[in-house]
Amino acid sequence: MTAPVVSLRQVCKVYGGARPRVALADITFDVARGEFLCVVGPSGAGKTTLLRCLAGLMPPTSGEAMFEGAPLRSVPAGIGVVFQDYGRSLYPWLTVARNVELPLKVRRVRRPERSSRVAEVLASVDLADAGRQYPWQLSGGMQQRVAIARALAYRPDLLLMDEPFASVDAQTRFELEDLILRVREEFGVTVVFVTHDIDESIYLADRVVVLSRSPGAVTEIVDITLPRPRDQIATKSDPAFAGYREHVLGRVMSR
Amino acid sequence: MRRYLSWLGRAATRVWLPIAVVAVWWVWSAHSKSLYFPPLSSILRTLWTQWVTGPARAQLASSLSHLLTGYVLAAVIGVGFGALLWSLRYVRDATSPYMYFLYVLPAPVLVPAVMTLFGIGFTMKVVIIAFASLWPTLLNTLDGMRGVDPVKLDTSRVLGMSRVRNVFSVVLPAALPQIVAGLRSSLQVAIILMVVSEWVASTDGIGYYIVNAQQSFDYLGMWSGIIVLAIIGIVANLLFVVVENRVLHWHYGARAVEGAR
Repeated sequence: MTAPVVSLRQVCKVYGGARPRVALADITFDVARGEFLCVVGPSGAGKTTLLRCLAGLMPPTSGEAMFEGAPLRSVPAGIGVVFQDYGRSLYPWLTVARNVELPLKVRRVRRPERSSRVAEVLASVDLADAGRQYPWQLSGGMQQRVAIARALAYRPDLLLMDEPFASVDAQTRFELEDLILRVREEFGVTVVFVTHDIDESIYLADRVVVLSRSPGAVTEIVDITLPRPRDQIATKSDPAFAGYREHVLGRVMSR
Repeated sequence: MRRYLSWLGRAATRVWLPIAVVAVWWVWSAHSKSLYFPPLSSILRTLWTQWVTGPARAQLASSLSHLLTGYVLAAVIGVGFGALLWSLRYVRDATSPYMYFLYVLPAPVLVPAVMTLFGIGFTMKVVIIAFASLWPTLLNTLDGMRGVDPVKLDTSRVLGMSRVRNVFSVVLPAALPQIVAGLRSSLQVAIILMVVSEWVASTDGIGYYIVNAQQSFDYLGMWSGIIVLAIIGIVANLLFVVVENRVLHWHYGARAVEGAR
């Protein structure tokens, strides 16, 4: 049994101000290496807050968030993040290739290796030919694939995704779900995926962490033992899938 | 071919009115006997003999050197100091009342003071132009940098950027549309102050030439100077637009796409 990539111990987050608001209350769970973990909960459950704590973008008020054995104080080099709003997180003044290349430049990767890695990672998100275009020239789904490529370019150990497919249409969403499953195999990356969509969480995950409405607390952690590789039609029509959905939905709705 | 035609159409929409105005002026003034309102043809002849082939070329060169030096200084100080104020909150809070005071102060009233300090030469004019045209760039830089989307800043942290790299790779480009808007108003202010500084106390420059011509009843010279000023304004603005379209092509591209969606 290897050490967990992420471990959260009694993490609480309270937003200050005149009327303090508890966003996260006593969150404890581990993420194992290579695991695909989904966090699902209604809006106001502190999902984004949890992800920001996991990314090291924001310190918890109390409790401890650890990444690979070390407490998270800033964003570690081994974490990639895909934000919900690709339009705001991609840099419109850079071409697709330069967006993807930027974290490699920051890490002082040499030029020949940079371009081969950019080509490789763009190919694995099916955007091999889009490098010279600007993000805003692409469709929403393609832009989010650029964001995924950028987060994977520096080969992080952990990929954090904050409702990444919430602003694309349903068809594109299914394609992106399959793409992320494939890419995760290819890069051997651990994934924490935040979503409000219960079907999506069950379809993708090895385990689903169910959060309750504010303050966000872990209601239950559900093991998903559906066979892999998963398939949009076969997996979702599996009676076991319906069982999970009913169960998770029940936990989300419960107060 | 089709593209070329549509470009031609757009160009025609923009230039027909100026051409018409010039034509009306030409015809209307052709037989003018008025000393104050000479025929346009005579004005243009004076313009040619004075400003293109004649002695006024020196005035033109002098004015342009004030303008260029003052404006470049204003741009560099404006963007640099704006960025500094953005990154140092303490300094920003401490200086903002004075900044707004200096910003609303009409720059021409400073001419006597600056004259006292720097005499009436090159330095005085450059200082006046730089000081007056500094503010739009500075305030727009500060404002643009403060308005950078927090998601872009989160992204730069996630990608592991240092503070310095974050400023140059993310904050400056993200604020660039607004910085450029500031630079454009600074340019207009700089041209105005170029003329004003030459009116008040000077022995050279276009402003001096115009006032001098008016006072010595050389109305042809006066009108030709005014036209030269207008041409400077138009050319400066055109150059600015060319540079702007190159530097901000991504911004206009993205905005056009947003508009179409």
